[in-house]
Amino acid sequence: MAKKSFNPDIDAPEYKGKYSPYDIIKEGTIAVVVVALLTVVLAVLFSSPDEKAVTIKSWSNATPMDFAATAMTELDGSSGTATYGPPYNNAATGQQVGPLTLAKWMGINVNVNTANDFVVAPLSTLADQPALTSALTTFTSASSSQRANWEANYSKGLSSGSFSNGVLQVAAANAGPLPVMLGALTAMARSGALDQALVTQKGFYTTDYTKPLLFMADGSFLANKAQVQHLSGDQWGMMNETGSYPGQAWLWLYTMWYQVPPFSTSWGANADALVWAFMMLLTLLLALTPWIPGLRSIPRKVKVYRLIWREHYKNM
Amino acid sequence: MGLTELFGAVFNLDHVGRYIHWGFIQLSVSNAIVIGLMIAIFIAALFLPFPGRRSRREGK
Amino acid sequence: MTTEIDRQWTTRLRKRVVETLPPDKLLPDTQPAYVASWIYVFGVTTLAALAIVILTGCVLAMKGPLWWHLSGTGHFVNSLHLWSVEIFFFAMVIHLWGKFFMAAWRGGRQLTWITGVVLFLTSVGAGFTGYVSQTNYDSQWISTQAKDGINATGGGAFFNVLNLGQMLMWHIVLLPLAAVALTAVHVIYVRIKGVVPPFEEGK
Repeated sequence: MAKKSFNPDIDAPEYKGKYSPYDIIKEGTIAVVVVALLTVVLAVLFSSPDEKAVTIKSWSNATPMDFAATAMTELDGSSGTATYGPPYNNAATGQQVGPLTLAKWMGINVNVNTANDFVVAPLSTLADQPALTSALTTFTSASSSQRANWEANYSKGLSSGSFSNGVLQVAAANAGPLPVMLGALTAMARSGALDQALVTQKGFYTTDYTKPLLFMADGSFLANKAQVQHLSGDQWGMMNETGSYPGQAWLWLYTMWYQVPPFSTSWGANADALVWAFMMLLTLLLALTPWIPGLRSIPRKVKVYRLIWREHYKNM
Repeated sequence: MGLTELFGAVFNLDHVGRYIHWGFIQLSVSNAIVIGLMIAIFIAALFLPFPGRRSRREGK
Repeated sequence: MTTEIDRQWTTRLRKRVVETLPPDKLLPDTQPAYVASWIYVFGVTTLAALAIVILTGCVLAMKGPLWWHLSGTGHFVNSLHLWSVEIFFFAMVIHLWGKFFMAAWRGGRQLTWITGVVLFLTSVGAGFTGYVSQTNYDSQWISTQAKDGINATGGGAFFNVLNLGQMLMWHIVLLPLAAVALTAVHVIYVRIKGVVPPFEEGK
């Protein structure tokens, strides 16, 4: 049987040299003590960030027009969430990698109907408001073309409207029940009741904040805060933390692709899917390095090892 | 002294960070420090002499 | 002649384990003289940091996910958890750099390398689920952003980053179990195969 030839990038020589004393338990103990002390020192010196969560209440009180405008897009189906596609709805196909429509294949498992879930259903929970109840009945029993007409008229009015004396001031003719509905929703938001209504639709207990988060993300409040803190996608935001704290430096390569063409330009519509696919490929290359000629020869060629094992080579 | 005072940070990092802009790269000063430290410590680990040379020479 | 006892699963497993990893290989008292560089401390440092991350995480778990917003002590424990995570990634990446330049996969050590890469990914996942479990603005921003990446690959159909309960349970149950199990396998491989020998010079 022919002897397999030795490949220095795959095989390791058999070591026949000296062994020295090694106290593995002591080494482990020292490491834990040192890391624990270092952790305490860093925590005492720098603490940790805790930027308070935004609520629908705080958003709608700070920028009521932005809230109302966002609520309008949820109702008329033009918001980011309403037009998202899977897993929330089938308004779009979702992103794709070449011909692979991965999101579509996995289906709509987190069902969100923005008009109902963000507007009509929460409003229906309000008791003792005959004008609102009547407006909701008018809305839900109208044809879709009638609703679209009201929505278009109200949206136009909203874009030049204002908020004063605790009320939306919107001049919009032929908007049907929308002024009552949006007015009531804005009041509900500002009181905090909408935050609750959006999470209790399935019962008393919840740990699922999908609906209020999607609603807030469709508006500008969350994003404007992020922009100030350099957390936006086009600001390498994935790597950053609020304040001046160090963030997630290990995500540098993942976020980098979003900043460069074609991911940031012509491939923009599918940027998320394509960046993921590319990163999976690079990760696979990393995992399979032992089998990739060229890549696995870099350590031997670059010779950094000569520093690591210099004592061994000197003794040889 | 209350625990809250005892555990408050020595250096308050709760202000918007400073950023380094270099071409298309935007890096926070804090992340730059962390990355710089990693590279520095890696290089130091390669060059710094490791104690115990005599015991290794005398080993079995 | 094999007896009934020899044929038992327990007996066969024990013999196999002891043969592959005898006590003096699991807890050695010597190591090759070529293990003589500060670069070698980053593996055990990563391990130590993981221990502190888990310990501080357990303290946070004792009082629940909102404690740290309401208590100075809780905030301090959160800071310990954050900084031990920073040290963990710091040490792990330097460990990766060192192992790459040593071509530590040589001599049948490919699985050590692969478990290391998977551990890195698991850790990134654990860090991510931790960030979205903070129950503050950062969680809100990170989850509403990250959903796009995950939804784009179809993952959003079963991994809903906006679902705090789900993310928290991945963070405190599933990913730590995976990380600890993979770490055990990774470290055991190193003990079985030994530390990779130096390149032969002049070749």
